[in-house]
Amino acid sequence: MASSTSISVEVDGVSYTDNVEPRLLLVQYLRERLGKTGTLIGCDTTNCGACTVHLDGVSVKSCTMFAVQADGHKVTTIEGMAQNGKLAPLQEAFHQCHALQCGFCTPGMIMQSASLLKENPHPTETEIREGLEGNLCRCTGYQNIVAAVKSVADGVEYGDSGVCVSESLTHEVAKELTDELTDDDSETAGVS
Amino acid sequence: MIPSAFDYAAPTTVEEALALLAGADASGDDVKLLAGGQSLIPVMKLRLADPSLVVDLGRIPGLSGITDNGSSLTIGAMTPHHVMATDPLIAAHVPLLSQAAATVADPQVRHRGTFGGALVHADPAGDMPAPALAMDAVFNITGPAGPRSVEAAGFFQGYFTTAVEEGEILTSITVPKFDGWGSHYEKFTRVAQQWSIVAVAALVRVEGGVIAEARLGLTNMASTPLRASATEAALAGCAVDAEAIAAACAHAAEGTDPASDLNGDAAYRRHLATVVARRAVLAAVGLQGTRG
Ligand SMILES: Cc1cc2nc3c(=O)[nH]c(=O)nc-3n(C[C@H](O)[C@H](O)[C@H](O)COP(=O)(O)OP(=O)(O)OC[C@H]3O[C@@H](n4cnc5c(N)ncnc54)[C@H](O)[C@@H]3O)c2cc1C
Ligand code: FES
Ligand code: FES
Repeated sequence: MASSTSISVEVDGVSYTDNVEPRLLLVQYLRERLGKTGTLIGCDTTNCGACTVHLDGVSVKSCTMFAVQADGHKVTTIEGMAQNGKLAPLQEAFHQCHALQCGFCTPGMIMQSASLLKENPHPTETEIREGLEGNLCRCTGYQNIVAAVKSVADGVEYGDSGVCVSESLTHEVAKELTDELTDDDSETAGVS
Repeated sequence: MIPSAFDYAAPTTVEEALALLAGADASGDDVKLLAGGQSLIPVMKLRLADPSLVVDLGRIPGLSGITDNGSSLTIGAMTPHHVMATDPLIAAHVPLLSQAAATVADPQVRHRGTFGGALVHADPAGDMPAPALAMDAVFNITGPAGPRSVEAAGFFQGYFTTAVEEGEILTSITVPKFDGWGSHYEKFTRVAQQWSIVAVAALVRVEGGVIAEARLGLTNMASTPLRASATEAALAGCAVDAEAIAAACAHAAEGTDPASDLNGDAAYRRHLATVVARRAVLAAVGLQGTRG
C-alpha cells in the first residue's frame, strides 16, 4: 500500500524534514503539520486563491499541489511576510486602505499581489485586477484591494496614520467593462 | 477533499519514467503522469481518478524550455503556461501561443500548469489545442518503442483523447515560426478565470493589401479542436476589409459539432463562432476597434 515519503522543505525561512503521505496536499502540510494556519482553504477546488503561497518566490495554489512536490523547494506563506515584527508594505497597505472585511481572502490576496508586483512592479489598475483574477473576495467588491496594491506600486509610504488612497483610482476598468458589455450585448446575446 | 492513497515516484530521467510506466503496466497498476497537476490533482481530489502510482515529471531536467531550430521552435512539454505567455522567443516567432497561454485560468494556475499537460489533457474547452492545430505543430512522443512524432491533424482524437498512448510521454512540441504573420487568440467568456465558451485562434498573412493565407483553430466547437476550413478558404484572396472579413467568417461554424451546456447550447455556440472568428481575424490583421 502507499508509502510515506521523506521531504525537506524550507517554509518561511525555517527548514523542516518530515515523512508525509504522497496524497497530503501542500496546504494540509502547512496547516496541519506546521501549524501555519495563516494559509486558508476556501474552495478546495483551485478557484478562490485563499490558499495562495509562494513556491521559490512564485505564487501557487497550495490546495492543488502535493507536499511531496515541494521537496527541496522554498515555500513562503503569509506568516513569512512580516520582517522583524514589521508588516510588509502590502500588509500595511491592506490595513490602511481597509482592503478587507472578513479577512478570509486576505492572506491569498496579499501573496498573489506580492507575486504580481514582482513580475510587474508598475501595473495599471486593469493589470492589478487581471493579476488577481484567481483570487475571490466575497466582501469588499475589490475596490480597496486594488487601491492597496496600486498604492504599494506607487511607492506610498504609510506612517502611523496612513491614508487610504482608494479615491485616486481611475475607474478605467469600470469604463472598459461597460464599453465591452454594451458591445457584447449586441451580438453575443443568446439566440435561442 | 483528500485523494485516494497512491505511491509517488519522482524520476530524474525520461528513461527512468518510461521504466516506471512499463513496470506499472506489467503489474496491472493504474499509473498517472503528473505534470503541473492543475487538471490531474483536482480530478484526484474528486476521486474521478485514483491512480495507484503517480509518476512526477517535475524533476526531469530538459523537459522544459524553448529551443530555436532556425525555422521552428521546440518547446519542452513541461514549459509552464506563464513561460509560454512571457517568453521572448515565443512572443517573437509564435505570438499566437503567448496570446492563448495568457488567457488560461489565472496567474497561479499558469505558474504550475504546463503546455504539454494542457495538450495531452485535451479538454475541448482548453485554450492551447486550437492554436497548436492551427500552427500544424508536431508532437514529439517517446515510449517503449522509442521516439515518434505525430502531426497536429492526427494528435487530437476525441474527447480528452490524444495520440499519446498509455506508457508514452509527450516530451516536446515543435512549431514552425510564423514570422510576418498576424495572429490573435480571441476567447469568449462571461466571467473572469473561465474556460472558453468559444474561442478562435487566428493566423493571417497579408500580402500586397490582400489576405494571402489564413489559418483558424476553433476551441470548444466539437470534442476536439477544429480548423475552420470554409472560413480559411473564403479568407484567401480576401481584401483587408471589415465587411469582407465578416462575410468570410460567417462560415466559421461549418463542419462543427459543439456541445450544449449551461454556458450555451449548440446553436448559440455556432453563432458565437462566427462573431469570435471575425474578431480574431480583425485583430490579427490590425483592425481592432472595428468590432460591430
Ligand atoms: C481553476 C482552473 C481554471 C482553468 N482554466 C483553464 C482555461 O481557461 N483554459 C485552459 O486551457 N486550461 C485551464 N485550466 C487547465 C490548465 O490549463 C491545466 O494546466 C492543464 O489542463 C493541464 O496541465 P498540467 O500541466 O497541469 O497537467 P496535469 O494536470 O499534471 O496532467 C493532465 C493530464 O495530462 C497527462 N500528462 C501531463 N503531461 C504529460 C506528458 N508530458 N506526457 C504524457 N501525459 C501527460 C497527465 O497524466 C494527466 O492525465 C484550468 C485549471 C484550473 C485548475
Ligand atoms: S482553497 Fe485553493 S484555490 Fe480555493
Ligand atoms: S474580505 Fe471577506 S472574502 Fe475578502
